[in-house]
Amino acid sequence: MSGSALVEIQGLSKRFVKTLDLAGKLANKLGSSIREETVHALDGVDMTVAKGEVVGLVGESGCGKSTLGRIVAGILAPSEGRILYDGRDVAALAPAEAKAVALKAQMIFQDPFASLNPRMRVRDIVGEAPLVHGLVTRGELESYVDEVLLRCGLDTSFKRRYPHQFSGGQRQRIGIARALAVRPDFIVCDEAVAALDVSIQAQILNLFIKLREELGLTYLFISHDLGVVEHISDRVYIMYLGRIVEMAVTEDLFAAPNHPYTKALLREVPRLETRHSDFLPVEGEIPSPLDPPRGCHFHPRCPHATRRCGEEAPTLREISPGRQSACHLNDGV
Amino acid sequence: MSALTEPGVPGRVGESDSPLRRFLADFFESRVATAAFAVLLGIVFIALFAPWISPTNPYDLATVDILDNRLPPGSEGFTGQIFWLGTDGAGRDVLSAIFYGLRTSLAVGVMSGVIAMFIGSSIGLVAAYFGGRTDTLIMRVVDVQLSFPAILVALVLLALLGKGVDKIIIALVAVQWAYYARTVRASALVERSKEYVEAAACLALGHRRILFRHVLPNCLPPLIVVVTVQTAHAISLEATLSFLGIGLPITEPSLGLLIANGFEYMLSQKYWISIYPGIALLVTIVTINLVGDQLRDVLNPRLQR
Repeated sequence: MSGSALVEIQGLSKRFVKTLDLAGKLANKLGSSIREETVHALDGVDMTVAKGEVVGLVGESGCGKSTLGRIVAGILAPSEGRILYDGRDVAALAPAEAKAVALKAQMIFQDPFASLNPRMRVRDIVGEAPLVHGLVTRGELESYVDEVLLRCGLDTSFKRRYPHQFSGGQRQRIGIARALAVRPDFIVCDEAVAALDVSIQAQILNLFIKLREELGLTYLFISHDLGVVEHISDRVYIMYLGRIVEMAVTEDLFAAPNHPYTKALLREVPRLETRHSDFLPVEGEIPSPLDPPRGCHFHPRCPHATRRCGEEAPTLREISPGRQSACHLNDGV
Repeated sequence: MSALTEPGVPGRVGESDSPLRRFLADFFESRVATAAFAVLLGIVFIALFAPWISPTNPYDLATVDILDNRLPPGSEGFTGQIFWLGTDGAGRDVLSAIFYGLRTSLAVGVMSGVIAMFIGSSIGLVAAYFGGRTDTLIMRVVDVQLSFPAILVALVLLALLGKGVDKIIIALVAVQWAYYARTVRASALVERSKEYVEAAACLALGHRRILFRHVLPNCLPPLIVVVTVQTAHAISLEATLSFLGIGLPITEPSLGLLIANGFEYMLSQKYWISIYPGIALLVTIVTINLVGDQLRDVLNPRLQR
């Protein structure tokens, strides 16, 4: 970890509760037992992101990584826990400061088709927020939008066009330009290249790397694609069913994964040098977050599970400098 | 650089290829719809300029002669003018009365449609965006409102309020806002969950800006269809109420009132006093509905070509 923490997440939990409607309450009065459904999307997540760092967040779909990204970007509110931005609690800021901090953390979305308003021209998509927040005056807007578009590899003549006139890669660049236009420090990329062709993926990843060098950006890079994460990240967090199970520097993690879940994930990355013919899927299905298993969330699928794993949830502990894992096996049982 | 490596969609690269332009091109593909739109334009023109283009002013007592009453179509009047569609029981030119009646009918229909649209769609937007209890409360009110027959609600309201253009507009708005609320809520619910709305929230844009600049413009297609259909509905509802004698005052006759005026002469072969205003009403409503149907076809995302 280099430098001080830009974003620090402490004990973050998010529950989505589906409350009972009138009919449900009535049915309960009459003797049936319909429960309120609670999805535990995040369960006590701790994470730090240092200034200028690229942090990868990996997990299967449905494990809560997008929820985490949306909370960090300020779109969703956490149920529990705190987010410190530059050492200050985001929830305790005065409204004006809160808005400034909200602009400092921006998000790039997965779907380049749904993430741009189809009824706005590129100029308005990119230029709306800077103008509304007074970052630029109306007179400066045109040249400012030009500058942001060029930085993202877009032609300035695209300004008057609508999103439907662009390809997926170009739309993703517009989405990046929209985020950059409010001069953020921290960008959450939620599966930002997952919907793109492989060749376009590489271009967008290179754009992320270039922007980081030019603007000193910090990224939280959410993906299910280990190859992409290995390419771009300095450190990687592995998430399983709402909990962080392992954190390590990228090289260490890929060289010697510690947690059984990470091992299972890494075994399945296709590689040129170790071409194995047998693809073994991780045994079983990811359990429902409506009713997560007791103890370690991974124990029903873990080949090394002991009785303790089904009773006591392992905590995320440092197992060597700069490396954390949440597994009872590290206790030398 | 990216223009070379990432080819855009071919054929759709013109700078001014706005959603509006594509929509217009699709709309005028149908000949029926184009014809209906032309007729509708003509009707609107007549309604707007009735005082200048009608042969006589049927409500200027100085020019109306009682001796000209109940003349059949095409006959010559006392002062030598020709009444192409005949005259009514008071000697007024039916053609001129239709022109003035269209003016009143369209004005009432369009005004109530527009006012109901503003009120209804704002309420629908609020319901969809804030959800929860607000949503439940608003939508139950809408359900109750829609479960009463429109004519019944309007009758009761007009009985309480009395006659007058403003009163009938209030009654029509009260009857119709719920349709707009329901339509806008349904499409706003879909739009609200899209990523561009999250992006707008992430850019710290205010609720009002997100609602009216981002969500509402994307709810417009179904809203436009409902506006046309409900305007036609408002015109026919107003005609019904006026025919029943509880809508507009006799000093501002709409098509419905003209039909009612001539109704008593129908059985004595003086068909023209009722029939021609009836045809005008029919043509107006049919053309608006044809235009509305084409709008629905063009704006339906599932039929997008």
